[in-house]
Amino acid sequence: MAGVWVYAEVKDGKVKKVTYEMLGAAKAMAQKKEEPLCAVMIGKDISSLAPELGAYGAERVFVVEGDAFERYTTGAYTKAVCELVKQHQPSIILFGATINGKDLSARVAGRLGVGLATDCTEIGLDDQGNLKVKRPMFAGKVYAEVVFSDRKPQMASVRPNALGVPEADPSRKAEVEKVEVSVSPEEMGYQVVGFEQVGGGKIDLTEAEIIVSGGRGMKGAENFKMLEELADLLGGAVGASRAAVDAGWRPQSDQVGQSGKVVSPNLYIACGISGAIQHLAGMGTSKIIVAINKDPEAPIFKKADYGVVDDLFKVVPALIEEIKKLKAQS
Amino acid sequence: MEILVCLKQVPDTEADIRPTSDMAAIDYAGVKFIVNVYDEYAVEEALRLKEKVGGKVTIVCLGPDRAVEAIRTALAMGADEAVHLNDPALLEGDAYTTALALAKVIQGMAYDVIFCGKQAIDDDLAQVPSILGEMLGIPTVTNVQKFELVGDKKAKVHRQVEGGLDVIELQLPAIFTATKGLNEPRYPSLPGIMKAKKKPLKALSLSDLGLSEDQVGSKGALMKVVKYSLPPMRQAGKIVDGETPEEKAAKLVKLLREEAKVI
Repeated sequence: MAGVWVYAEVKDGKVKKVTYEMLGAAKAMAQKKEEPLCAVMIGKDISSLAPELGAYGAERVFVVEGDAFERYTTGAYTKAVCELVKQHQPSIILFGATINGKDLSARVAGRLGVGLATDCTEIGLDDQGNLKVKRPMFAGKVYAEVVFSDRKPQMASVRPNALGVPEADPSRKAEVEKVEVSVSPEEMGYQVVGFEQVGGGKIDLTEAEIIVSGGRGMKGAENFKMLEELADLLGGAVGASRAAVDAGWRPQSDQVGQSGKVVSPNLYIACGISGAIQHLAGMGTSKIIVAINKDPEAPIFKKADYGVVDDLFKVVPALIEEIKKLKAQS
Repeated sequence: MEILVCLKQVPDTEADIRPTSDMAAIDYAGVKFIVNVYDEYAVEEALRLKEKVGGKVTIVCLGPDRAVEAIRTALAMGADEAVHLNDPALLEGDAYTTALALAKVIQGMAYDVIFCGKQAIDDDLAQVPSILGEMLGIPTVTNVQKFELVGDKKAKVHRQVEGGLDVIELQLPAIFTATKGLNEPRYPSLPGIMKAKKKPLKALSLSDLGLSEDQVGSKGALMKVVKYSLPPMRQAGKIVDGETPEEKAAKLVKLLREEAKVI
């Protein structure tokens, strides 16, 4: 049993940022355990991305490539990970808690019969060198410290933006080991026959560093245009409260809160959101929270680092102008 | 068509959840319980499928005595019958032991389609349907936003992924996990509630499942919670003052840039 592994998810020819965050935490664990730090990368035409993982401490990257892996399917990717685990027997594997990272890690946990903690915000080792994590439950109303049985590998998925990206050393390159894995149609489980784009959101909410979110106070779908403009200027994404989604103003994928997505960006700007308990649970770990609401009694102000009590239809356009000025200066 | 729905009873989303004073468990005193939000979409989709092609909808639920209330809600919505895995030994487990118990009972049942919620909103693990699929040897498609039957042995579904939806085709039987947007769940009607009381509800204990105590619950679990805590309290911060919205906006941008350093 040796090796601390990180699953390096690739999307649109880019390694997901959460991979670097995980490598930072995994490097310390690997050193303490005196085990190699490795990464696993699966996809099509991706091996050129592998050496750069060395900059964050990966010594070796196992690359599984081929047509069968062009699009994510649970079956093909699970087989690839499990084959590698059988060959090398790592003691710990971390996955990014993205949509596909959660799907993959759960299926792998089922196949290997090992424990998996979902959506962790802290990762470390106990005195025996076993994985120990902290993770939110009830969408963040409560946190739990979790330990694992002796079954290896012990696994966790890690919430994007929770750990922070460590400093890189671009001079260091990881060794790349290509591994052949064949997948039969039965093992694939299902076929992806198409893709439909939804909304304009290029950045997934759970991974966005800045989120501009709107609630009931936005009064209508058309008014989200200004939030989109603000989010674009800041390089962020647009979120919504349950009220705004249920009113049909935003797609469900934008919903932040207990029956939507749990997010922890660096900056969360809540516009016209009163702050129901389910919503606060879903964004309470954001580093900086800004609330813009004309009701000074709105519960959101109790959680906000900066509150603006005023009409959002005047404040948001003014903010857009200020940010534009700032951009023009730099 | 034989349609199963895996159902969990969870605390209401409105509930303020706190650990017990020794931080070793969750204090459920005074908490109201509901059908897991995502499982409601699963029940609704099962009912719609049955209404279209005929067959039977069976609820499979693991939980304590109080979970009967959630099962009755699903029966009142229109499900035909239910199986309740109710044994103290089954509680305090993890995703693996829960999936194992569900797999044991489902292996003895007929099924073409199994609907689950994408995750339970209490432990937020989002694992049981995937592990269950592995144990039953069938695919699990997670985060399904649209479900269609193609012929009588195939399904075409839309799976929520980053930036859009993957269109997926597969052979049945299979498991599908429901997410918001799949449908609009119906409310139980009054006649539905009356009828639900007479619908078959079978309770199963550990011995009925053919599992031993060390395979399930906390003894069989592959991970366990050693301590609970509350999230760090956020202090209410500054109210940004100013005469006009423009002035407030300018001050806010300055604070975000110079004090918080986030833009």
